[in-house]
Amino acid sequence: MNYLIRNARILGGEPQDIRVADGVFAEIGANLDAHEGEQEIAADGLIALPGLVDLHTHLREPGREDAETVLTGTRAAAKGGFTAVHAMANTFPVADTAGVVEQVWRLGRESGYCDVQPIGAVTVGLEGKQLAELGAMADSAAQVRVFSDDGKCVDDAVIMRRALEYVKAFGGVVAQHAQEPRLTEGAQMNEGVVSGELGLAGWPAVAEESIIARDVLLAAHVGSRLHVCHLSTAGSVEIIRWAKAKGCDVTAEVTPHHLLLTDELVRSYDAVYKVNPPLRTEADVLALREALADGTIDIVATDHAPHPAEDKQCEWSAAAMGMVGLETALSVVQSAMVDTGLMGWAEVAQRMSAKPAAISGIPGHGRPVSVGEPANLVLFDDQYRGAVNPDSFATRSRNTPYRGLDLPGRVVATFLRGEAKVLDGELV
Amino acid sequence: MKRHLISTADLTREDALLILDTAEQMAQVSTRSVKKLPTLRGRTVVNLFFEDSTRTRTSFEVAEKRLSADVINFSAKGSSVSKGESLKDTALTLQAMGADAVVIRHSASGAPKLLADSDWLHGSVVNAGDGTHEHPTQALLDAFTMRSHLNPGVGHDLAGRRVTIVGDVLHSRVARSNVHLLHTLGAEVTLVAPPTLMPFGVETWPCQTSYDLDAALTKADAVMMLRVQRERMNAAFFPTQREYTRRYGLDARRLALMPEHALVMHPGPMVRGMEIESTIADSDRAVIVEQVANGVSVRMAVLYLLLGGSEPAITTSSFEETGK
Repeated sequence: MNYLIRNARILGGEPQDIRVADGVFAEIGANLDAHEGEQEIAADGLIALPGLVDLHTHLREPGREDAETVLTGTRAAAKGGFTAVHAMANTFPVADTAGVVEQVWRLGRESGYCDVQPIGAVTVGLEGKQLAELGAMADSAAQVRVFSDDGKCVDDAVIMRRALEYVKAFGGVVAQHAQEPRLTEGAQMNEGVVSGELGLAGWPAVAEESIIARDVLLAAHVGSRLHVCHLSTAGSVEIIRWAKAKGCDVTAEVTPHHLLLTDELVRSYDAVYKVNPPLRTEADVLALREALADGTIDIVATDHAPHPAEDKQCEWSAAAMGMVGLETALSVVQSAMVDTGLMGWAEVAQRMSAKPAAISGIPGHGRPVSVGEPANLVLFDDQYRGAVNPDSFATRSRNTPYRGLDLPGRVVATFLRGEAKVLDGELV
Repeated sequence: MKRHLISTADLTREDALLILDTAEQMAQVSTRSVKKLPTLRGRTVVNLFFEDSTRTRTSFEVAEKRLSADVINFSAKGSSVSKGESLKDTALTLQAMGADAVVIRHSASGAPKLLADSDWLHGSVVNAGDGTHEHPTQALLDAFTMRSHLNPGVGHDLAGRRVTIVGDVLHSRVARSNVHLLHTLGAEVTLVAPPTLMPFGVETWPCQTSYDLDAALTKADAVMMLRVQRERMNAAFFPTQREYTRRYGLDARRLALMPEHALVMHPGPMVRGMEIESTIADSDRAVIVEQVANGVSVRMAVLYLLLGGSEPAITTSSFEETGK
């Protein structure tokens, strides 16, 4: 099926028509003639962005299919405007061999809702002791280039150094979950005024910042590329800013929830707000927003982390960490960054599509909406206002911190290589 | 009064005084030969204890029985966190059994609030100690004990009285509940602990803090010693038990620094020789046993007020029924 999209505002610019034919953008201009057999889509007023790319997604398969599968996760991704997601390695079994990453890659191809690029574990079993067969994963059908022990920190400085060096052979990058383990034993929430009052064990900012400081120095020393997952503190921003000024080849991500929510929410003891790294303070949120706007933080990544109800409807300290985020990411970014005047839609496209694709090297994604490029596209209604209703989610889990919250914007359509995956806000 | 008692921060000055004054009435009952009121007859109170605490559970049980409630002890030690029956399912079970009130003790901070805010059960929830968060009835019985010595009388508060709380404040639910309540009642609280055992952000609490116990004792009207678990030194909170006792323990020398009238308190269970010298705990300055007795009166008052004490707690007829 070919499409003629009418009056879409590419990157928020003037309305134009976009012809999608044979998987690519065939023509872009004003008042295009309709061709026979084309489906016309009225996109008046809608923002057109290149298909979003998520560098940090937990699809849970294999092992925790009760929380999410590759199929349900990619359906959620498409509904959120994503055309590619990077599946984190902390599955059961861990994605630390060519066999597991190829399985995930194949499941992604079968799902068809968006491209799935597996991330490989840095160390065997995420144990931080012994390097996984990074080269085998790189050479596999999954063509892994991003490696991460996410959920756990590669805390051993020697292992981290070797990993940073080793992946240079095939253009890889290590994505670090920065969490000094001894400083965060039993940690339940941000260490601050609120944790002191609530009597919950603190997860201090310094546990993140000290690892990031070490890693940027290591990366500079061995001349490697480093990616830092989910920055959550103002101090982390300062370290990344310093490292970039020194010419260190480092990139950094921030999640939507760290751009919007603070640890004050934990006062409810509702475990839907339990996440790792934890929600921080207002000052941290403002610093993260500023850093995303000025480019110190390169990308937004969801850290979509589905969990079944029983792992959240329980005592705070017994609850699992993580939030679903694929289907609300763009709305949260609009709320935190666009509606606040910090960024325009071109910057959103840069940080949620072009740059994450560049960090990963995933082919065919993060390309501009221009003639001849693969037709990966999201149409977004930034004028929409409505309460978040988890019952409408495509993800298998419901652990969203935004339930009932009025968030701006709504994904109307998502195209993957010219095929509509979402139309009128519904999966095709 | 709210429907639940989760945190002393939720209590207004009026709420707190109402509980203390009601507890005075309850204390009278405990002096009679028949220590029973019919007030909660036909009401079911469940003591839901996920953590061992014979002292607190027994105190609640005595209070409930003196109010003629039907008492169910539901010991669920470790069941949820260790992946047995969940808190939710336990609560649904108690709801189905018609619990009018649930007294909950849990090792997880926030578990009582979770119950109170959920739609899993509809009865009143009383926090009998949650993790390192709060222990509101302990603070109420502490305030009751202090008032009876330092400013006795119905309607009286603790305005201007100085209370020093010493020990493992970081891990203490008793300290948190006391800071809120004593502040509400007008007392001036000073927390004393080694810096490692001071909670993050304590400077925002409505109290003073000090690392120097001697200095904090000279003007105190009451000194509350908190239990310090020996295992804490394994996590480097302090070097050795000996050093802790030397710097933060209450001994005879320090007792002499305190004003003559100052009370020595301890929420129990004590570690004699660690935070408090044995002779001090047994001295006539200590009101530790009195605290235990007052616990029953205060818990009677709380349950009575939460479970719809629209009628006076003690009426002539109730004494006629029970007192003859």
